[in-house]
Amino acid sequence: MSGDMPHPAARVVMNSGEISRALRRVAHEILERNKGPEGVVLMGIPSRGVPLARRLADSLSEIEDVTIPVGALDVTMHRDDLRRQPTRMIARTLVPSGGIDDKIVVLVDDVLYSGRTIRAALEALSDLGRPRAVQLAVLVDRGHRELPIRADFVGKNLPTATAERVHVRLSESDAEADEVRISGGDR
Amino acid sequence: MIGRHLLSSADLDRHDIETLLETAASMHDVQRRDVKKLPTLRGRTIINLFFEDSTRTRSSFEIAGKWMSADTINISAKGSSTSKGESLRDTVRTITAMSVDALVIRHSASGACHQAAQWVDASVINAGDGTHEHPTQALLDAYTLRHRLGNLEGKHVVIVGDLTHSRVFRSNVITLGTLGARVTVVAPPTLMPSGIGDWSRRDGFATRWELDDVLYGDDPPDALMMLRVQRERMSGGYFPTAREYTVGYGLTRDRLDRLYAVSPDLPILHPGPMNRGLEISAEAADATSSVILDQVSAGVAVRMAVLYHLLSGDPQQHSQGVSGQDLDRGAA
Repeated sequence: MSGDMPHPAARVVMNSGEISRALRRVAHEILERNKGPEGVVLMGIPSRGVPLARRLADSLSEIEDVTIPVGALDVTMHRDDLRRQPTRMIARTLVPSGGIDDKIVVLVDDVLYSGRTIRAALEALSDLGRPRAVQLAVLVDRGHRELPIRADFVGKNLPTATAERVHVRLSESDAEADEVRISGGDR
Repeated sequence: MIGRHLLSSADLDRHDIETLLETAASMHDVQRRDVKKLPTLRGRTIINLFFEDSTRTRSSFEIAGKWMSADTINISAKGSSTSKGESLRDTVRTITAMSVDALVIRHSASGACHQAAQWVDASVINAGDGTHEHPTQALLDAYTLRHRLGNLEGKHVVIVGDLTHSRVFRSNVITLGTLGARVTVVAPPTLMPSGIGDWSRRDGFATRWELDDVLYGDDPPDALMMLRVQRERMSGGYFPTAREYTVGYGLTRDRLDRLYAVSPDLPILHPGPMNRGLEISAEAADATSSVILDQVSAGVAVRMAVLYHLLSGDPQQHSQGVSGQDLDRGAA
């Protein structure tokens, strides 16, 4: 809907170079925090968390020369706003072959906003198994949390007004060049 | 556009069916987990109102609702106030006065669900009405077939059996036709519904009397669906003896061997309950390519998908046809 229409007043806050540098830094931070890649599993939240998780996994393999398991975690059926929105499409959940029990699961999403998606993700995750630890990596943290949730790894902190909208575009999912834009508000 | 009710397979266009089947695939994943419970429909109430006997459809709807955390309650006509002479209208209005969100109805009268939908605010799902329709059965058959055959466009599906009394057949020709499959229906002349000629021209399926000509002809089936022959029809003079029916239209061991010589992976479907030895032999029912139990398993996933699409979402926006994905993900 509005997310697919180029907004006249949109301004670019991250270009493709900045996105890839941020992801590489996040990959380093994940390794640093967990003292290496041992037990790390990346779970992307559809739709754009999934390609971001794959990119992070590629960076991790480049740095450490290991293969990091990547999965997808659909949270739709755990959302608390299903009755407030039109019916949402459901994406597939893919658990990596090694499972998530006793692993360090890093949830990956594009934008952290109210925190409600992540709450739903934590619940969805507990139906799949019991990780040793769960961490959160996001490309953009735009603030305005409604729940006690914070990200462990942030590509870019982006102060925004609630009236503004953040648009993430990735070549894998949008057939567009990588870009983060802000539109709306009074700027 | 998936509306508030699911009354007929004709309510669903190709996009709707594909949406439901994709959702069903996600729901099917859930069935393989240790924890088969989603909070999606928490606080919603679903009544299974069955005026006819049913085991698999009713339990399938019940499990589907429960796995999504809805409260599901079964009411069967036996022992209900219907047996005291209450009308359908009073029964459904009484039940929905208890603020239920969905009514899953099976009734012996064709059109009963359409009627009920006019009387209540709840979503009505047709779980089989008379000899009319059974849309969720057609969806689970399509799901099972797509799992085996991939895209159904151009695939040849042969449906054999008592067409006159089959709501499964009616819903299937619509749904499979919408998905682009070519359907041939086979039955003895006495079990062909009257007026099927006009109807087959409209919906684009073929009608034949000779099973062997269809099975071993120039256009062999990509899938074979055997329909139940209801033994209670036996007294109706539709065919002389059960033996005669089996010889002409049953999937016997001989027919199976001959089919397997050409296509050993041919999916064999049956909506159940089966009359082994009548319309389907034990060898065929238990054959390696039989997908009869896959159909049952798909039934739960498909019904979860239907309940999800009918019952989640803002009721005010339900009729506007917004997919919702971009509201959140495109612009967070």
